[in-house]
Amino acid sequence: MKVAAVSVIAILLALGTSAVPAEEERSRNFESPSAVLARVPEKDRAKRNPLASDPEAASAGRKLFEQHCAECHGGTAEGARRGPSLRSADMRHATPGEVFWIVTNGVVRCGMPAWSKLPEPQRWQIVNFLQEQKGNTP
Amino acid sequence: MVQKYMTGSLRSESHSGRGGASGLIPRAVAPETSRRGGIRLFHPVAFLARGCCLVLVVLSLFKCKAFAQESPYIVTYDHHLEEPGNLEIEYFSTFGTQRAGNDFHAYWVEFEYGATAWWTTEFYLDGQTTFHDSTLFTGFRWENRFRPLRTEHFINPVIYVEYENISEADKIVKEVEGHDVASDHADPNALLRQGHNHELEFKLILSKDFKGWNFAVNPLATKNLSPNNPWEFGYAAGISRPLALKASAQRCTFCRENFIAGVELYGGLGDTQSFGLHETSHYVAPALAWNLPSGWTVRLSPGFGLNGNSHRLLLRWGLSREFSGFSEILRGLFGVRL
Repeated sequence: MKVAAVSVIAILLALGTSAVPAEEERSRNFESPSAVLARVPEKDRAKRNPLASDPEAASAGRKLFEQHCAECHGGTAEGARRGPSLRSADMRHATPGEVFWIVTNGVVRCGMPAWSKLPEPQRWQIVNFLQEQKGNTP
Repeated sequence: MVQKYMTGSLRSESHSGRGGASGLIPRAVAPETSRRGGIRLFHPVAFLARGCCLVLVVLSLFKCKAFAQESPYIVTYDHHLEEPGNLEIEYFSTFGTQRAGNDFHAYWVEFEYGATAWWTTEFYLDGQTTFHDSTLFTGFRWENRFRPLRTEHFINPVIYVEYENISEADKIVKEVEGHDVASDHADPNALLRQGHNHELEFKLILSKDFKGWNFAVNPLATKNLSPNNPWEFGYAAGISRPLALKASAQRCTFCRENFIAGVELYGGLGDTQSFGLHETSHYVAPALAWNLPSGWTVRLSPGFGLNGNSHRLLLRWGLSREFSGFSEILRGLFGVRL
């Protein structure tokens, strides 16, 4: 048991210390939102938000954002150490389809996971919340 | 005689070491035998207490909990990896009924860490209690999952590589492979623990999300690293869906969106010497996950054997919690420069 316990701690520490600098290095060099947005396929760019007229979608999106996204992007998407601001000029001009594509696919090589594990309506709720943030200055 | 490759040649060796037939030692004398043989028996309470202490020490390092959105699968994997920098600590139990032997309670603790957005690594510690017999620590596993593609595709592949260092007394049945059958677990622990396995296991995780449903298929191949062991094969497949697809605006514990229901199907496919369904075991297991707003996830999955080679019932349950900021704690501990 002792050997096993020491092993687990040693392995996790070794992995963690090796992974942390790379991860943080990446997050310091966030891929610019414009570069990410440029990768969005045309058909996804034009997707319409099926919950655009849902009055509760933005508030549900806020809850989801706080649960899953705020740790990296800040509580109101203003940006934090591990993730860029989602209220930048580029993101303000992004279409709902583009934002949905980024939430779904992530920016895996830069540390942002894909959030396709959330059902599609929940991802659109997050998009609604982010669209609501457009009105706020960064 | 039917050859059983559940744990490769070491199983065969240990069987042959006592005459090549299982069950030569009467069940009733098994505990006595193990004591006379000088084999140390782990006291269940002490084992659990140590485990809990270890987990609590680790937990005390964290202040940030993360809301988990875990699938209900216990055997099957989907393509979703751990978020980078997060650590998930999981405890699982399996209660199994045993034909012609003592029922058992096997358990494992899992430390799952998102090293990057495309690489998740996990470390397992396994143990088991066989009723009217003994409690054992049965070994460890180190698992890695790699996501090769940057974006979501029609089907999303993940490469899975695992190293196992476990005794033949391991009964967590985390996967079924080769000719794993229920009777492999019928022997006394004192006998089973003499065999030890070093195995490499490979899986190709294929998974897709479609309209709230998740479909996942995991073909697997295992190689015992001892010489002259065949490759063994198996499969796992699952389908799951949240009970509600839209989130409610309020923070809630019993909302339908917090529950994900599914069903798993898994079993063995023989080995390179006898590929197929002959002398293999198969299970179907409904599964339910409850993701609590506090960061905890509870899972329940009763598994039912589909043929006479399977355990009649494998009742599994699990408790897990995800913590964010583990990488930052490490950075603080070791002063890694940013």
